[in-house]
Amino acid sequence: MDAALGLMRRIPPKHIDTALSALLSLLPHHSSDLLSQVDQPLQVLSDIECGKEFILCEYNRDADSYRSPWSNKYHPPLEDGPYPSSDLRKLEIEANDVFAVYCDQYYEGGISSVYMWEDENEGFVACFLIKKDGSKSGHGRRGYLQEGAWDAIHVVEVGPDENGTSHYCLTSTVMLSLTTNNESSGSFNLSGSIRRQMTMDLAVAEGHLHNMGKMIEELEGKLRNSLEQVYFGKTKEMVCTLRPPAELLQMRFPDNRDV
Amino acid sequence: MADQEENEISVEQKIEIAKWFLLNSPPGEIQYVAKDVKAILGDDEVYESAASEAFPLYNKAHLISLQFPNRSGDVLITSFGEINVNEYLDPRTAQVAKVDHIKQVCKSVRPATDEELPSSYVEEYRCAVEAELSRYVGEAYPKGICSVFCTSGKDVEDAGSDFTLVVVISAARHSPQNFCNGSWRSTWTIEFKDDLQVVEVTGRVQVGAHYFEEGNVQLDAKHECKDSTIIQAADDCAISLTNIIRHHETEYLTSLQASYSNLPDTTFKDLRRKLPVTRTLFPWHNTVQFALTKDITKELGIGK
Repeated sequence: MDAALGLMRRIPPKHIDTALSALLSLLPHHSSDLLSQVDQPLQVLSDIECGKEFILCEYNRDADSYRSPWSNKYHPPLEDGPYPSSDLRKLEIEANDVFAVYCDQYYEGGISSVYMWEDENEGFVACFLIKKDGSKSGHGRRGYLQEGAWDAIHVVEVGPDENGTSHYCLTSTVMLSLTTNNESSGSFNLSGSIRRQMTMDLAVAEGHLHNMGKMIEELEGKLRNSLEQVYFGKTKEMVCTLRPPAELLQMRFPDNRDV
Repeated sequence: MADQEENEISVEQKIEIAKWFLLNSPPGEIQYVAKDVKAILGDDEVYESAASEAFPLYNKAHLISLQFPNRSGDVLITSFGEINVNEYLDPRTAQVAKVDHIKQVCKSVRPATDEELPSSYVEEYRCAVEAELSRYVGEAYPKGICSVFCTSGKDVEDAGSDFTLVVVISAARHSPQNFCNGSWRSTWTIEFKDDLQVVEVTGRVQVGAHYFEEGNVQLDAKHECKDSTIIQAADDCAISLTNIIRHHETEYLTSLQASYSNLPDTTFKDLRRKLPVTRTLFPWHNTVQFALTKDITKELGIGK
């Protein structure tokens, strides 16, 4: 398994899907481990009844069907798939509505879904997902991207109420790819995935949705900044190390006739 | 791992998968990928089979450079200088290196035969271009290696026929301890067209970088361009060709930097903003505000 996870950190991020299927066929015994530890770009299905789309993941899947957060029904229909309790379903509905507005504010488009289910420790787990297509043909407002995809997966484990506070453990993964393509500069593709965790003990009185939402917003922001400054920055640094810009060269060789 | 299950895939499929992982390794990382692939396969024979096919392809695609055992310099592994899958010509020193692709080392070296080298007419041009180019590469790339190969018309004795030279520039930086690797690969095809007395230049540049400290982010950038100049004496040609290459590569680096500077305000913003338009954090607390916001977003048509 370690070797498999090691490979996933080296394979070009745009080939994640192919790499994962390859690993699944080489290691059939480890399929549940692989599927839960390796994040894949998110797929989407249409809930025609509600006129909305929803995101597919391991957390709303049973066999080959997926549960829509809007209608709470499985697509394709299932006889006896798992459902959240009615209390949790109320929270899930509110979360989907609120998260959709959050998604609009930060992503100016995009699709969001929230899934919740009870766990064995008297708490519950919630999964907040966002899929944004930022390409010119998708929801890219400014039209710069030939291809642009952002997939965010936030899984929060919420512990039971202990004297008014709950323990929240958030694991966030962002996968993204952006490609610009034009005559003068050829094709430029940056893609990657990073994952971080954050745990907090917060007052239940503030509301689970408020607590989870704040954590997600904070961690998502950190991941975005980290991607932009550290990760993309390091690749840029590498390019300038391979071939330093002319200004630097001229500083070193002031009498260089060629430059 | 060698269980006989119904849904176990065939040996051929395993080899294909292993090859795929090896070929898609980022610059400088194939040995690490090889280790992981070997562990997952758990079958040395299958691994060896995949490695013997994948490593030569990877090495040629990445234009890797290997040191001559006699310390006379480096040889670039490319399809242009390939004599056979294990032997590669270094035109500068007129030597042929025998290599072990999987270990990525040069095992032995021998002088090139006359048949393997271009005619003295072509060699005059090739050598002049290589000299001028080496000066440029030495200045522009802290760790760059270059070679000039003749890929067609190498037996041309005199003016009156066409021949083609290929310039290869390869620069790599491996810092696994800093979780960062990268490579710059340029290939310039230079066609000397006698009837038009013109030299057609076609360039392909590929830049890659991989940063993987607690994550996996990769840059993959490619560029193609064309240019031309007139046929002159060897030394003058060398100077004008090198100027063309220098000009286009410098311009390309500038456009790469521009792509990076555009990220914060344009391209990246199309994926996710830093903050909402309101410039404040999202108001998770206020459910009434949500109902309001939802109605407003619907009215203003911002909603989906």
